[in-house]
Amino acid sequence: MATATEQRTSLQSWLDAFTETQENAAAPAWLKKLREDAFARFCDKGFPTTRDEDWRFTNVAPVARTAFCPAAPAKIAKKDLAQFAPDGAKIQLVFVNGRYASDLSSTGNLPKGVTVSSLRDQIAQHPETIEKHLGRYADQDRDAFVALNTAFITDGAYVHVARGVVLDQPIFLLYLSTQEKGATMTHPRNLIIAEDQSQVSIVEDYVSVGGESAVLSNAVTELIAGESTTAHHYLIEREHLQAFNFSTLRIQQGRSANVASHSLLLGGGLVRNNVHPVLAGEGGECLINGLFLGTGRQHLDNYMHVEHASPHCGSRQFYNGILDGQSHGVFHGRIVVHKVAQKTDAKQTNRNLLLSDDAQIDTKPQLEIYADDVKCTHGATIGQIEENALFYLRSRGLSEAEARKLLLMAFAEECVERMHEGAARDHVEKLVREHLLFMETHPQQATGAVTERNWSETD
Amino acid sequence: MSLLEIKNLHVTVNGQEILKGIDLTVNAGEVHSIMGPNGSGKSTLAQVLARRDAYQVTEGSITFDGKDLLEMKPEEAACEGVFLAFQYPVEIPGIGNTYFLRSALNAQRKYRGQDEMDAMDFLPLFREKLRLLEMDDKLMNRSLNEGFSGGEKKRNEILQMALLEPRLCVLDETDSGLDIDALRIVANGVNSLRSPERAMVVVTHYQRLLNYIVPDFVHVLVDGRIVRSGGKELALELEEKGYGWTEKDAPQPAGVGR
Repeated sequence: MATATEQRTSLQSWLDAFTETQENAAAPAWLKKLREDAFARFCDKGFPTTRDEDWRFTNVAPVARTAFCPAAPAKIAKKDLAQFAPDGAKIQLVFVNGRYASDLSSTGNLPKGVTVSSLRDQIAQHPETIEKHLGRYADQDRDAFVALNTAFITDGAYVHVARGVVLDQPIFLLYLSTQEKGATMTHPRNLIIAEDQSQVSIVEDYVSVGGESAVLSNAVTELIAGESTTAHHYLIEREHLQAFNFSTLRIQQGRSANVASHSLLLGGGLVRNNVHPVLAGEGGECLINGLFLGTGRQHLDNYMHVEHASPHCGSRQFYNGILDGQSHGVFHGRIVVHKVAQKTDAKQTNRNLLLSDDAQIDTKPQLEIYADDVKCTHGATIGQIEENALFYLRSRGLSEAEARKLLLMAFAEECVERMHEGAARDHVEKLVREHLLFMETHPQQATGAVTERNWSETD
Repeated sequence: MSLLEIKNLHVTVNGQEILKGIDLTVNAGEVHSIMGPNGSGKSTLAQVLARRDAYQVTEGSITFDGKDLLEMKPEEAACEGVFLAFQYPVEIPGIGNTYFLRSALNAQRKYRGQDEMDAMDFLPLFREKLRLLEMDDKLMNRSLNEGFSGGEKKRNEILQMALLEPRLCVLDETDSGLDIDALRIVANGVNSLRSPERAMVVVTHYQRLLNYIVPDFVHVLVDGRIVRSGGKELALELEEKGYGWTEKDAPQPAGVGR
C-alpha cells in the first residue's frame, strides 16, 4: 500500500501537469472550464482500486504512483512512419506525442461534406460546434480515466460526416509515442460525428517509436452515429511492453443506426479497453467484436458496457482471447437493459485459449435487466489447443509449429471475419498474422523468462 | 525389402496394454485388411502408424521403408509417405479446406526437396481429385470438415489421400456410417490409388467394405493379437461364423503375409 505521503506526492505531480496544460494551451473559456471540472472530479474520485467492482481484475496502482509528465513535442521523419503505414491508406492523420502532425498526415480527396482534421484546429476555428458535443457523452463520473482525459484535452482527431454522405475509405488515425527519459503521458481526445444516413469507418492505431520508456496513453473517443447511420470503429493497440494504454470508446447511437466496434489488443504492458455503446434510438444494432493476444506478462483488460436505452435494439458481443506466458486477460461484459428497452436482443460470447499453465483469464458477464420482454444470452469458454485437431493437421505433414499457428489463426480469424472487407480489415489481418508468428517464434516471451515490465501486478 | 515391417509390437494406452505383440509385414503393392471386434486394438494400430504420441510403444519395432517409424513425429511419418484416413475426421472451424490441402501438400513437397505448388498449379489437380470422389467444390470453400455429413467427411479423407499420394495408406473404419452409394464412391477412390508402389492397410469391422476393396491378405485381430491370417476368403468365413469362431480356435502364427 502506498503511504499517505506517497499519494500526496503523486497527486501533486498530476496537479503540476494539469496546471501546465491549462496555462500552456490557448483555449476558449468553456474548454478551460470543462477541463477544470473534470480535474476536480478526478481529484475527488481518485484512481480506482481492485475493491471497485469495475476494476476487480486490474490494478492501476503502477499508473497512480508514476509521475507522468505531458509528452513533449517530438519530430518524426516520414520514413520512420513507413513501418506503421497500413496498405492502401488514403486518409491518415498522424499524432506524435499527442499532437497532430500535419506534415505526416494526408487526407487525400475527401468527398464534399466530410471534415477530417485535428480537434485542436476545430476548437480554434469552430468552437461552437465542438462545444455542443465534446464531453457530453463520455462518463466522467463513472470512470476516473475519462475524467483525467477530459482534464487534459488538447488534441485528437475530429471527423464530421454530413447527412447522407458515404465515405468508403477508412480514416486511419495513428498515435505515436516516442521514447523519452522520464515517464510521459498523452490524452488523445477524438470526436466523431456521423450525421443521419451517413457512413464512416475509423481506425485508431496506437504505436511506439524508439526504445521502451514508461508511457501512458489515455484516449477517449466519442462517436455519435445519427439515424440510420453506419459506423465502423477499430482500435488497435500495439505499443511496446512498458506502455500503459487506457482507451474509452463511447458510442451514441441514433434510431436504426448500425455501429461496429472492433478491438485488437496486441501490445502494451497494462491495457484497459472500455467500450460503451448506448443504443439510444429504436431499432439500433451494435456489434462489439474483439481479439486480444497476450504474451509475457501483459495484462489486457476488456470492459464492455452495453446500454440498451430504446426498444427493438440488438447488440452482439464477441471477444476472443489467446493468452500465453504469464499474461492475464480480462473480459467484463456488462449489459444494461433499461425499462423502456423492450424487445432487446443482446448476446455475449467470450472465448479464450490459454497456451500456457501460467496464463490467466478472468471472464465475467454482468446482466442488469429492467425490461420484461427481452432476450439476453451470454456464454464464456476457456480451453486449450485441442490435441485432436493438432494431431490431425500434423498427420497431413504440417509441422507442429505450423499446425499450432493455423489453429490459432483460425481462432483469431473468427473475429477478423466479422470486420467489413476492405483496407481496415486487411490491416488488422496482417497485424494478427504477424503477431501470431511472433508468438510462435519467440518462446522466451511465452515462458516469461524475459522481464518485460518494471512494475509488479500486486501492490 | 518390405515397405512396412512390424515386429512384436506392444502398445500401452493410459497404462493399459492394448497391443500385445503384433507381427505384420506389408509389401508394396499389397492390400492388407485388419479385421476384429470392437476393442481389439485395430484403431490403436492405425494411430500408432500415424505416430500419435498418446500411444506408448513399450516393446517391438516398426520400420517403414527401412527407417525406424517409431523415431518419427507425425509430420515426418506423413512426409515419408504414411497416411491415415481417420475413423473420426476432426472438424476445424476457421481453416479453409482448400487452403489446408495446399499447405499440407506443400509441406510434404518441401520435405522431399520439391518446389512448392502455387494456386495455379494446384487447382487443376485438386479439381481432378474432387471429380474422382464426386464431391461438390462448394464444400471446399467451407472450413475443414465443418458441418460435413459423415459421408462427406470420409470422402474428404480419401480426397486428401488421393492428393497427397502416400506410399502407405492406412484406412481406419472408413466404411463405418456410409450408405452404399457413398461406400462405392469411397472404394472407387481408394481403388484408383492401388499401384505396385503403394501398400494399403484397411482396418474394418465389417466384411462389406472388402467386397469393394478386395484385399490380398486378411488378418484377424483379437485382444491385441493377430489370431488368424489368410487370403480374402477369410473375411467371408468371418462374416459367416462371427469373431467368436476365431477366439475359440487356437491362434495360429501370423505369417501368411510374408
